[in-house]
Amino acid sequence: MKKTKLFSLLACVLVAVMLFSACGTTSGETPKTDEQATPAPAETSGTEPENVTITYCNFNSSGGNEETLQKMVDAFQEEYPYITVEVETIGYDDYFTQMQTRVAGGTAPDCYELNIENFAAYANKGMLAEISGIDVSGLNETALNAFNVKGVQYGLPESFSNVVLIYNKDLFDQAGVAYPTADWTQDDLQAAAEAIRALGDDIFGIWQPITYNEFFKVVAQYGGALLNEDKTAFSINSPENIQAAQALVDRVLVSNVQPNTVQQGGMGDWDMFMSGRLGMIPTGIWAFQTFTENCDFDWDIAVEPGSTQKATHFFSNCVVLNPESKNQEAAATWLAWLTSSTRSAEIRLEAGWDLPALSDMDALASYLEITPPENREAVFESLNYLAMPPVIEDYALMSDIIGQYLAAAADGTMTVEDALNAAQADCEAQISLG
Amino acid sequence: MKSEKSRGRRLNERSFFSASPFLTASLIGFAIFYFVPMVISVVISLTDWNGLDRLLAPGFMAEHFIGLDNYKAILTGTEFWKVLKNTLVYIVLYIPLMLMVSTAIAALLSRQRRGVGVFRVLYYIPVLTSWVASSLIWKSLLSPQYGAMNGILAIFGIEGPGWLTDEKWAMPAIVLVSVWKDMGFFGLILLSGMVGIDRTYYEAAEIDGAGPWTRFLKITLPLLTPSLFYVLIVSLINSFQLFPQIMIMTDGGPNGATQVMVERIYKYGFRYFRMGYASAFSWILFIIIMICTAVQMRGQKRWVNYDT
Repeated sequence: MKKTKLFSLLACVLVAVMLFSACGTTSGETPKTDEQATPAPAETSGTEPENVTITYCNFNSSGGNEETLQKMVDAFQEEYPYITVEVETIGYDDYFTQMQTRVAGGTAPDCYELNIENFAAYANKGMLAEISGIDVSGLNETALNAFNVKGVQYGLPESFSNVVLIYNKDLFDQAGVAYPTADWTQDDLQAAAEAIRALGDDIFGIWQPITYNEFFKVVAQYGGALLNEDKTAFSINSPENIQAAQALVDRVLVSNVQPNTVQQGGMGDWDMFMSGRLGMIPTGIWAFQTFTENCDFDWDIAVEPGSTQKATHFFSNCVVLNPESKNQEAAATWLAWLTSSTRSAEIRLEAGWDLPALSDMDALASYLEITPPENREAVFESLNYLAMPPVIEDYALMSDIIGQYLAAAADGTMTVEDALNAAQADCEAQISLG
Repeated sequence: MKSEKSRGRRLNERSFFSASPFLTASLIGFAIFYFVPMVISVVISLTDWNGLDRLLAPGFMAEHFIGLDNYKAILTGTEFWKVLKNTLVYIVLYIPLMLMVSTAIAALLSRQRRGVGVFRVLYYIPVLTSWVASSLIWKSLLSPQYGAMNGILAIFGIEGPGWLTDEKWAMPAIVLVSVWKDMGFFGLILLSGMVGIDRTYYEAAEIDGAGPWTRFLKITLPLLTPSLFYVLIVSLINSFQLFPQIMIMTDGGPNGATQVMVERIYKYGFRYFRMGYASAFSWILFIIIMICTAVQMRGQKRWVNYDT
């Protein structure tokens, strides 16, 4: 207890010093940093820190983890008794509409949570303050980079999730196919899916939604991308991308190892897997809990197979700072604690909420001990092949356009090539990449 | 004649002044929540505001004013016309069906039978249900393989379509649900219109030997036209503003088949951060609704019968 207090005092001094030095080097360039540094002198002079109250808005704890977040706040306030964190939790469906209105109206909270697509829009439109003067070395580098825009750190990764290939062991046994390994390619996957499909009319090899979110990852597996390297032009209809989309669509329309909408019949993808009708499903690690509770067959996971290369999904929410907040320093302290402290990570893991985005995987050891799945290491192995979403200012518009044409290709109303050509043309017409 | 008219005007002025204290409360509400935002939205529609920047920041207009570019972009693009077509498909299917169903309901419920009150309540329940709840329930009822709808059709040997996943069927499905939701409300209005018809007309017609069908066509329908006119105007405006059922049941899909104007306005304003464009879109919608209503007002002389 005493130790932590001493540590926190040291941390405060360190923060203040860093703020000062940051102020010295960047003065004039980013006025936001200056504002941030102003309250610092009070700290260094050694007087008691003033009591501050900060507001923190989030969506991620709504629907199950409100108490977990409150536990984190309590633990934080034990360490920083002079900072009171007022939490406001808004359901995901309303969150972004509310936040937009509040930012525009000048009543945004001191700090809040954003998902990756909204982060891109907010950061590019200058709505966020640079987060500086705090130690970010404990955070996962890939995750950290996702929230760095042109060299400025606007957000801290709060948690991460990724996607692995989950498979039904019983169906593999019945079909007499070897279980997936980390060396698998799309060809192995296709062969296994066909063998499983042969087991019955109602049994399918795989379910991989033909949507924007899946697409940007699969094109990476085929060596393609949606944007050119410096993000100045779209490359949606490149040969690699067409090949990737064709492979996805053929599974539905040609080999039918994946159900079409009629065969799917409005049943959710997880439900299909849990009812034992799907051999494989690439899906998020947040499915583990539900699958453990509801599957009456053996299942395990593997790193997703690639084609010319491996590429896996990575989802992360971040926390950001309001540039107009008067308590930026206290808010930054809270955000740093929330994202990178051991205590917060422990609480998060205990509750089975999601994974903290830490660089030190040892902290996550307790996570590996839970089975199923037995091959839980695959979660961390997958992190070696992360495909980041192409973050641009008009992310939502781009993803809706591409998603719409992919859907047309998936139900056969357009050929894959026509669909991607049209998506390319629409994106070029409606979005300027600055 | 002349003096009577001016006296009427003076009377009107006097009653306006005496009424004004009572009106202020609602007028203030109207000004703050409708009039001022409307005026501001005209200004926004002439800018490329992203919905996040501070509108009152100095130099905002100089930097973001783009004149009529939003309107030009909307009207010359293909999306607007596609969305308008989708809305018209909805109107063409929805309004006749809704009129028929709600008139039939009103005719049934206007009979003085034991227990009719129960049915009046039953038909009104969908109106009181929230759109979100009923959309979610209908979404599962219309699920192609496991939904109740196709289950019932299967009993009669009909293979039901993928209601919300098939491009051809998505809009008809939305129409079906909307009729179910609205028939109680419009039925109630038509019912009150029917109840207000003088019984002596029917008695006279019966003596003259008119059957029930003739009585309905020759007496009920003509004298119901004022109510029908109201229903038509309100339902047409509602149709152009079609939104919650779309957002929950299809989100504009499949393949854009149920994208409609308000859905687009919402997406542009709150998902794509193009508030200026969205404002221009809503003003175009406003003008379309104004024109439709004006045309209906003009046209009413031809068919609406006010002598009861």
